[in-house]
Amino acid sequence: MTPTLAPTWVQLVYLACAVCFILALKGLAGPRTARGGNLVGAAAAVVAVAVPFTYLDLDHVALILVAIAVGGVVGAVGAQRVQMTQMPQLVALFNGVGGGAAALVALLELGHLGDATPAFDVGATAFTVAVGAVSFAGSVVTFAKLQELMTSRPVVFPGLPVLFGALLLATLVLAGLVVAEVAVGWAVGLALVGLAVGVLLVLPVGGADVPIVISLLNALTGLTVAAGGYVLGNIVLLVAGTLVGASGTFLTLLMARAMGRSVASILFGALRGGSTLGAGEASDRPVRSAGPEDVAILLGYAERVVVVPGYGLAVAQAQHTLRELVEVLAARGARVDYAIHPVAGRMPGHMNVLLAEAQVPYEQLVEMDDINPELPHTDVVLVVGANDVVNPAARTTPSAPIYGMPILDVDQARQVVFLKRSMRPGFAGIENELLFDPRTTLLFGDAKESLAKLLAAVKAL
Amino acid sequence: MSEAVVWLTVFVLSVFVGVEVISKVSSTLHTPLMSGANAIHGIILLGAVLVTGTADSTLTLVVGLVATVLATVNMVGGFVVTDRMLQMFSRKPARRPRGDGS
Repeated sequence: MTPTLAPTWVQLVYLACAVCFILALKGLAGPRTARGGNLVGAAAAVVAVAVPFTYLDLDHVALILVAIAVGGVVGAVGAQRVQMTQMPQLVALFNGVGGGAAALVALLELGHLGDATPAFDVGATAFTVAVGAVSFAGSVVTFAKLQELMTSRPVVFPGLPVLFGALLLATLVLAGLVVAEVAVGWAVGLALVGLAVGVLLVLPVGGADVPIVISLLNALTGLTVAAGGYVLGNIVLLVAGTLVGASGTFLTLLMARAMGRSVASILFGALRGGSTLGAGEASDRPVRSAGPEDVAILLGYAERVVVVPGYGLAVAQAQHTLRELVEVLAARGARVDYAIHPVAGRMPGHMNVLLAEAQVPYEQLVEMDDINPELPHTDVVLVVGANDVVNPAARTTPSAPIYGMPILDVDQARQVVFLKRSMRPGFAGIENELLFDPRTTLLFGDAKESLAKLLAAVKAL
Repeated sequence: MSEAVVWLTVFVLSVFVGVEVISKVSSTLHTPLMSGANAIHGIILLGAVLVTGTADSTLTLVVGLVATVLATVNMVGGFVVTDRMLQMFSRKPARRPRGDGS
């Protein structure tokens, strides 16, 4: 570790920044304080980055400022331009570049470490290099899966577990060599093996589980940054990285629990054969489909309606039309709420963001545990672009990949209307028995068009 | 106390703080929280600036500058996109008695 030669005032500023990061995370955990929390975090980050320019005699300042300007523009433009539906990909990508940066920083710092450096410090550097590389490669594969640049289904091939095990072993051996010889050459090898581990870690993960992996990789990058902070002797990096690592790990466990899965089964389930490998094919069993007018009558005279929005809704950009329909139904005297599954969308909490974008009042978004007891007394449930989160197979079929995941008990409502583009199964790739239930009506078509037709038909009633 | 133990103490306490501050978060906020935490680890930019500023060869300078660009993308992009998301949440009318959402 480089000795901490920073003057006292610098140390105090760093302490203040660390406290601000704690306040930022705390703020982000509450709906009222979230935006303020984020701004506090951003301010602290800017101050912390500015400090070394003031008291250290840094070389290449102009080039560094250019690099910061380039990165800032790329990041800000990307963040402004992204569609809310593509949020998970973007978070994965930002996480990946952060992990990559940490690995590069550790590689450079290793060049400064002398032979007299304690083994523990070199070990922390090796950890940063390896885990940063894992996080970078894993995030890139996650991005490719979510952006559908590659299949979102689990990718497994014979010998993958053996290869994965061999790579993990190679990581340990190379890390040992780095510590023993303090050599940058071995560390570069370690980074390359880390990249391969990252790729193989995410390949077997099925589409529906990818969000959990983003959260896990986020936590890993946090730990990487923390280790980097220890190596550089910088308290802000240590505290901020540890905060993100710890809260990210905890958040990952919370999300996995919401899906009724363990983190281990999400990561390695496909290797054992089960997991989210599904049929993935359209069925030709008979279903009851209806036109917009019939569905409008069903909805128009219902007293209690619950809407279950899914990712398909957001893909069709139909949130605004849906909100209009709900407003018209409410004006006709129906009680209407949105039932939000914790993992609706492509990322936990994603659906709330998508509906908030369409200015749906926050109070109409009801969480799963609160809406489920009401569903048996609900006249019509309108499912728009959702599938897996209402699939009763999660309760009834132990062999189903989603078995055990808590779902919205839509099958207990009096009537169910599905707005679907086709009979293709959901993201998890399994068939939904509810579609064939006699109480279920299907309205085929693009979600936005179907909703517009429904809206017109309800208005005409 | 040796210096390593001081660092270990800070690390362990930070772990507890990290878990504690988000233990009661509602699933509504999982996405912004993940994205905000993601932005916070962009602080590795500070580390990138420190190593780039002391680079002594062209190769290390180039690698350092690449790390600086990547870290800035993480930090700036992360905070901006989190703010964009949260902005939408705060657009809703604030006052309304807690009810059953009817």
